[in-house]
Amino acid sequence: MYHTKTLSELSTMLEAGEVTSVQLTEHFLQRIKEYDSQLNSFITVTAEQALSAAAEADKKRKAGNAGPLTGIPFAHKDIFCTKGVKTTCGSKMLHNFESPYDATVVEKLQQAGVVMLGKTNMDEFAMGSSNETSFYGNVKNPWDTKAVPGGSSGGSASSVAARLTPASTGTDTGGSIRQPASLCGITGLKPTYGRVSRYGMIAFASSLDQAGPMAQSAEDCALLLNAMSGFDPKDSTSLEKDVPDYTADLNNPLDGLRIGLPKEYFGEGLSTGTNEIVQKAIEEYKSMGAEIIDISLPNTHLAVPVYYVVAPAECSSNLSRFDGVRFGHRCENPKDLEDLYKRSRGEGFGEEVKRRIMIGTYALSAGYYDAYYIKAQQLRRMISDDFTKAFEKVDVIMGPSSPETAFNIGEKSNDPISMYLSDIYTIAVNLAGLPGMSVPAGFSENMPVGLQIIANHFDESRLLNAAHQYQQKTDWHKQIPEQFK
Amino acid sequence: MSLGPDDVKSIAHLARLEIDEKNIEEYANSLSSILDLVEEMNAVDTAGIKPMAHPMNVSQRLRADEVLEVNQREIFQKIAPKVKDGLYLVPQVIE
Repeated sequence: MYHTKTLSELSTMLEAGEVTSVQLTEHFLQRIKEYDSQLNSFITVTAEQALSAAAEADKKRKAGNAGPLTGIPFAHKDIFCTKGVKTTCGSKMLHNFESPYDATVVEKLQQAGVVMLGKTNMDEFAMGSSNETSFYGNVKNPWDTKAVPGGSSGGSASSVAARLTPASTGTDTGGSIRQPASLCGITGLKPTYGRVSRYGMIAFASSLDQAGPMAQSAEDCALLLNAMSGFDPKDSTSLEKDVPDYTADLNNPLDGLRIGLPKEYFGEGLSTGTNEIVQKAIEEYKSMGAEIIDISLPNTHLAVPVYYVVAPAECSSNLSRFDGVRFGHRCENPKDLEDLYKRSRGEGFGEEVKRRIMIGTYALSAGYYDAYYIKAQQLRRMISDDFTKAFEKVDVIMGPSSPETAFNIGEKSNDPISMYLSDIYTIAVNLAGLPGMSVPAGFSENMPVGLQIIANHFDESRLLNAAHQYQQKTDWHKQIPEQFK
Repeated sequence: MSLGPDDVKSIAHLARLEIDEKNIEEYANSLSSILDLVEEMNAVDTAGIKPMAHPMNVSQRLRADEVLEVNQREIFQKIAPKVKDGLYLVPQVIE
């Protein structure tokens, strides 16, 4: 059936005239209807718009104006502004927000011809690693509906894993694409900071946020990244750098690829099951001709502490725009302006978001700025320098995406620190602005394990090549949870 | 680093967040434990290291000061909680 195909396979079928976009769109809308009540992976489903966009795509194809993504059903994380469609960012604050404009990523993918099925659930304002902080209810992991899908792009990961959509967008500030991709057994890529425009992507931590594709395979991610990337004058941190064809290097042999294994990624805290799977994947790479080199990223242990200064500081500043005045939630009967601000924000934001705003406010307040924010930025440079040194010796770095497989819903929701530590292998990559991927590498006690691959700035092609070659030798990325087959 | 209930109240005020009185204790505990985690930073000597504000070490791009946007007030105000005569309404600020 259509949903067992990758995006790339569906693209070939559309091109060959074996299926129409309307047929595909109807099929996936039907699957969402049938299965999403078990997963809660969508906040909004845009069935009507999807069907008319699909008909439009079929017309385009008939006229000979189709690209590889024309007519492909698709989902956007609800952090991306979509014109005229509710954009909630997982928050009560934006329960009534219909964006007046499209995010650049949405616009670019629309131009490439994708058909939006709806908007996926997420941790509130992308702050969380389990999707339990969403105002719209937690998302479930299709491999075990008692388990979390990871976060913050949990709805995107869960919906792709259950094949309710062939692919989706995600965003990654500290691991929010790679960790849920790992926990749900799909392929996700966080590009180099500045590669993909942040315009219209609701900001959490501006110096870390980056959008990327979440799909079934590296090949799918390459096709999507081709459409998503590029300079955008509307994003002041977008980088002016040409976009290569990310599918061009997919089939390069891996002979002589130098893979670095940081000893800090295989130490205390890594579960035995995950370690075994990651080691097996590395053996597979060896058999493909890669060279394994032991390396060290000595400041790894500082990544989480640094992140919990930088990210909350930037979030407290970014989220000050939600004040109940121009859009979003406003409290009833405010008695004065301060009351309006305080109650609108107090009612509109959930616990975790409030926690992070307060940490950030504290870290940026008079007398503490140097001790927290400046100190964290200095350490950020040290963490980044570790990677620079490593990439003098290796082409890519590999390790686990997450220290363990998906934990149970409720297991960590009362313990923010242990939740934060589930991003221990992903956070440093954001601090250094590097591209990183999570690739399905097997199962530990029936739950998916992701292999993380990290490359140097703007070396997404090499990441995708390494992942694609692995996916030619293995079929972990083709596994579908039994009850969603 | 340990924050007490009064600290939480003052931070919440700075952030313009209303917090339920019954949750203050819990916030004090969780914020303190986050600050304890962050405290690990102090074990490292960072004297002389230049703070890193941008992951790619580039500075902010500037552009010419030209009008690029058209006025879309009506579209923007359609989603506003309260407007009148093209203005956003808030409780009276000046008597």
